[in-house]
Amino acid sequence: MNEIAIDVSDVRKTFDGKDFVLNGMSLQIPKGEITVIIGFSGTGKSVLLKHILGLLKPTSGSIKVFGQEITTMTADQLTKFRQRYGMLFQYAALFDDMTALENVLFPLREHRRELPRSQMVEIAMRRLHDAGLDEKHYGKIPSEMSGGMRKRVGLARALALDPEILIYDEPTTGLDPVLTEMVDNLIASTHNLKKGTTSIVVSHDLYAAFRIADNVAMLDAGKLLLFGTPEDFLHSDIELVKRFVAKGVHRKIESQAHEKIEVSRE
Amino acid sequence: MSYLEARTRFNQVFDLAFIWLFARLRVFVNQVGEITGFASKSIRLIFRQPLRIQELISHMEFVGNQSVTIICLSAVFTGMALAFQLFLGFKQLNASGMVGSIVALAIFRELGPVLTGLIVAARAGGAMAARLGTMRVTEQIDALEVMGVDPLQYLVSPRILASVLVMPLLCGVFDFISMIGSWMICIHLLEMDEAQYWERINVWIKPSDIFQGLFKAALFGLFFSIICTHRGYNTKGGAAGVGSSTNRGVVLSMVMIIIIDFFATNIIKIFLDWKEVLLR
Ligand SMILES: Nc1ncnc2c1ncn2[C@@H]1O[C@H](COP(=O)(O)OP(=O)(O)OP(=O)(O)O)[C@@H](O)[C@H]1O
Ligand SMILES: [Mg+2]
Repeated sequence: MNEIAIDVSDVRKTFDGKDFVLNGMSLQIPKGEITVIIGFSGTGKSVLLKHILGLLKPTSGSIKVFGQEITTMTADQLTKFRQRYGMLFQYAALFDDMTALENVLFPLREHRRELPRSQMVEIAMRRLHDAGLDEKHYGKIPSEMSGGMRKRVGLARALALDPEILIYDEPTTGLDPVLTEMVDNLIASTHNLKKGTTSIVVSHDLYAAFRIADNVAMLDAGKLLLFGTPEDFLHSDIELVKRFVAKGVHRKIESQAHEKIEVSRE
Repeated sequence: MSYLEARTRFNQVFDLAFIWLFARLRVFVNQVGEITGFASKSIRLIFRQPLRIQELISHMEFVGNQSVTIICLSAVFTGMALAFQLFLGFKQLNASGMVGSIVALAIFRELGPVLTGLIVAARAGGAMAARLGTMRVTEQIDALEVMGVDPLQYLVSPRILASVLVMPLLCGVFDFISMIGSWMICIHLLEMDEAQYWERINVWIKPSDIFQGLFKAALFGLFFSIICTHRGYNTKGGAAGVGSSTNRGVVLSMVMIIIIDFFATNIIKIFLDWKEVLLR
C-alpha cells in the first residue's frame, strides 16, 4: 500500500455523553489516491469529515494528517494547517456577494498576500479554466449560475491554494444523472491533473464510487465496516455491504436505461 | 379540602413554580454566558492581524448609509412634535421661552440616542442577522472556516466595531436635525424670539449633555450589533431559520436598548456627580 495521508485511529465522538456517533473509528487513507467513503444515512460520514478538517475534536482517539497530530493543535495552528485542504461543499457554498472570479480570488487574497494582484487573477483564472468554467461566466454572481456552474466555481475555489487533500462532501447528492456524471468526471480529471493529491469523496452513490474510486471505505454505526477496492466490495460476504451493493447496481441499471452511461472508468 | 390538604397542594404548586423559574433562570444565565463569550472573542479579534480595514469601512458605510435618511426624517419630526407639545404645556406656565432648551435637553440626553438606536437596530441590525443567517445556512461560514479564515474575525468583529463607531455619528446627526425641527416650529410657526431661543439653549445645555448621549449611542451600537450578529451566526433550520433569527435579533436588541438606557443614564449621572465632587 501507498504512503498514508490521513491516519484516523480509534476515534470516538459523543455530542451528548451517551450516544457515540463515532465509535472506535479507524481508517487509513492512502496518499495520492481517490478514496470514496460510503455508508447509510446517519452513520457519521459528515462527522468524520469534520474531524479530519479539525472542525470537531474527538472525545478520544487520534487523527494524524501527514504524520501530524491534529487533535491537539491550537485554533491558530489549525487555521494554518487547513490551507493544505480544499473542500467542495454539497451546494458549493459560494460567497453569494462575489463573482465567480472573486470567489476563487478569496483564498488567494487571504493566504497569498505577498502575491501581486495581477498574478492572483492569473492563478484564479487558470483554476476556473481547470474546473471547466467558460470564460464568459467569470463575472457572474452565484445567483446567476446554474447548479453545475456553481460546482465548478466551488471546485476552482477549493483548488486555489494547491491543496494536498481535496475533500468532497456529497458532491452529487440531489443532482440529475447528467450532472452527476459531469461532477464524477470532474473529480476524476481534477485528481489526474495534479498527481499526488489525495481525494476524499463522501457519497451515497455506490455507482459513482465504483466509477472513480481507488479505494472504498464503508462506514456503519460509527465504525469502519469494510475498506478495499471496488472489486472487494462486489465480492464481499458482509450482509450490509451486499445490501448497499444491490442498491448501487439497481441505480446503475436505472441510469443506464435513462442515459446510457458507460460503466467503465474511462 | 382540609387545611392540611390545601397546604400540601399549595406547597406542591409552589415547588413546581420554583422549579420552573429556576430552569428558566438557568437557561437565561447560560445564554448570557454564551453571548458574552461570543462578544469578548469577537472584540479581541478586532485587534488581531490581519486587520480587516476594508470590511470595517464597508460596514461603516453600510450602517451609516442605510440609516441616515430615515434618521434625518425621524429627527426633524421628533424635534417639531416635541417643540409643539412642550410649547402647549409651557405656555400655561408662562414659560414658553424655555421650550428650546428643554427640547434640546430631552433630545441630547434621551431621545437622540434611544431613537437612533432603535432605528439603526431595526435596519442595520436586522440586515446583519439576515446576512449572517444566510451565510450560516448556505454553509458559507463553514467554507470560511475550512479555508482557514476565522469567521468571527472576518464577519463579526468588523460589524461590531463599525456599529460602535458609526452610532455616535448618526446620533449627532439626529441631534442636529431635530434641533432644526424644533427651531422651525419655535421661530417660524410660534414666532418666538430667536435670540432668546438660542441664548436659553446656550445657558442650559452643557457639553456633557451631548457627550453622554453620544456615549450611549455607541453603547447601543455595541449591544445591537452583538445581539444581531450572534443570532445570525447561530442560525439553524434553513431559510425559515434566517427569518426567525432576524426577527428575534431585532426585537431583543430594541428591548435591550430601552433597558440599558435606564441603567446607563443612572450610571452616567452617578459618574458626573462624583466628578463634580472631586473637582470642587
Ligand atoms: N453537531 C452535532 N450535534 C449533535 N449530534 C450531531 C451533530 N452532528 C451530527 N450529529 C449526529 O451524528 C450522527 C451522524 O451524523 P452525520 O451527519 O455524520 O451522518 P452522515 O453519515 O453524514 O449522514 P448523511 O448521509 O445523511 O449525511 C447523526 O445521528 C447526527 O444526529
Ligand atoms: Mg452527511
